[in-house]
Amino acid sequence: MKMTRKGFLQLSGLSLIAIAAKKMGARKMLRGAAGGSASEKREKTARWGMVIDLQKCRQKEGCNRCIKACHSAHNVPQFADRADEVKWVWKQPFEEVFPFGQTQYTRELNAGLPVLLMCNHCDDPPCTDVCPVNATWRTDDGVVTIDFHRCIGCRYCMAACPYGSRSFNWQDPRAAIPTVNSDFPTRSKGVVEKCNFCEERLARKLAPLCVEACEEKALVFGDLEQPDSEIRKLLRSRFAVQRKPELGTGPSVYYLI
Amino acid sequence: MKDRPFIVAGLAVFLVFVTAPVWRSLATPRITLAAPQIKSPVQEKLCVAPVSYMRTSHMQLLDEWRESVVRTGQRKYVAYNGKVYEKSLTQTCLGCHGSQKEFCERCHSYSGVSTLTCWNCHSDAPQVSRNLP
Repeated sequence: MKMTRKGFLQLSGLSLIAIAAKKMGARKMLRGAAGGSASEKREKTARWGMVIDLQKCRQKEGCNRCIKACHSAHNVPQFADRADEVKWVWKQPFEEVFPFGQTQYTRELNAGLPVLLMCNHCDDPPCTDVCPVNATWRTDDGVVTIDFHRCIGCRYCMAACPYGSRSFNWQDPRAAIPTVNSDFPTRSKGVVEKCNFCEERLARKLAPLCVEACEEKALVFGDLEQPDSEIRKLLRSRFAVQRKPELGTGPSVYYLI
Repeated sequence: MKDRPFIVAGLAVFLVFVTAPVWRSLATPRITLAAPQIKSPVQEKLCVAPVSYMRTSHMQLLDEWRESVVRTGQRKYVAYNGKVYEKSLTQTCLGCHGSQKEFCERCHSYSGVSTLTCWNCHSDAPQVSRNLP
């Protein structure tokens, strides 16, 4: 059989179209299978926040239940050397946290008293703006989160965070985790990590671990956008401060002094 | 006649040298080219997608799961048969398939494809305890 140039071009064009159609069909099928997840309803809360009652927090001296609960569940490594320290929730003396929150005569009152600290999950987080690879962002629920898969370890976010909430894994963290919880990933060397407001628990409608672990109920968690939520009622009734509000980051963690 | 020991010794060395590959192959453990036999899960008969799709495209599926869970917070996967699964490598995948050593690792090392970096962070053992100083 002899084939003309025209016939050859027609045949190859048709077969190209056939291949493309087949591929598109397969992709459509795939999307159909995955499409279910897109229709999954997502309960949207506008902004998760936390109130920390420092008086209640200090009731039991040396209590670290919240820190322990968080760090063991999230596989936070415990390095002996402070230079390698990785922390999600921690404590610092009052005068370091609120340097301008007192007068020269009231300084003694709070001097050295521990203040519980964690990521503030800012309304306008400076850390997410500087990430060159979009590995960290603020979710619709107001949680500042990190995609550990994408983090390249440039530490811009650490420089941008005015609260020192982010830690860097200078070494392989696995070697320094006493008991690995397989429900949550560990991190690898060269990745930044911080408190995630227990995002994995919020997805299951559970309060963060630190809130649950506190026997004194010093931590109150809730939606800041809902006027009738417990947290809003508390913030209406008591005087509360944020860390470094003058920076305009809008922290979602409030302190009752 | 004086050279006889040298000739015999030389022949012996030559023989050993020539037959060396045979001895070596006998000494090394047997290599089989048969594909690894992966045990099918006992309790579940169906995977989250047809087996043929999983064989060729599980990496795309895992990638999609990862993106949607981490970046958009969608944690439920509706399978082709309508069943809803949690998008979880350690719980859903390994819940049926057992440990990564038995399942992922064997095929990957057999086919010589890229080493798995998932397990640098995710862990398949329920609780790994280490005694730290």
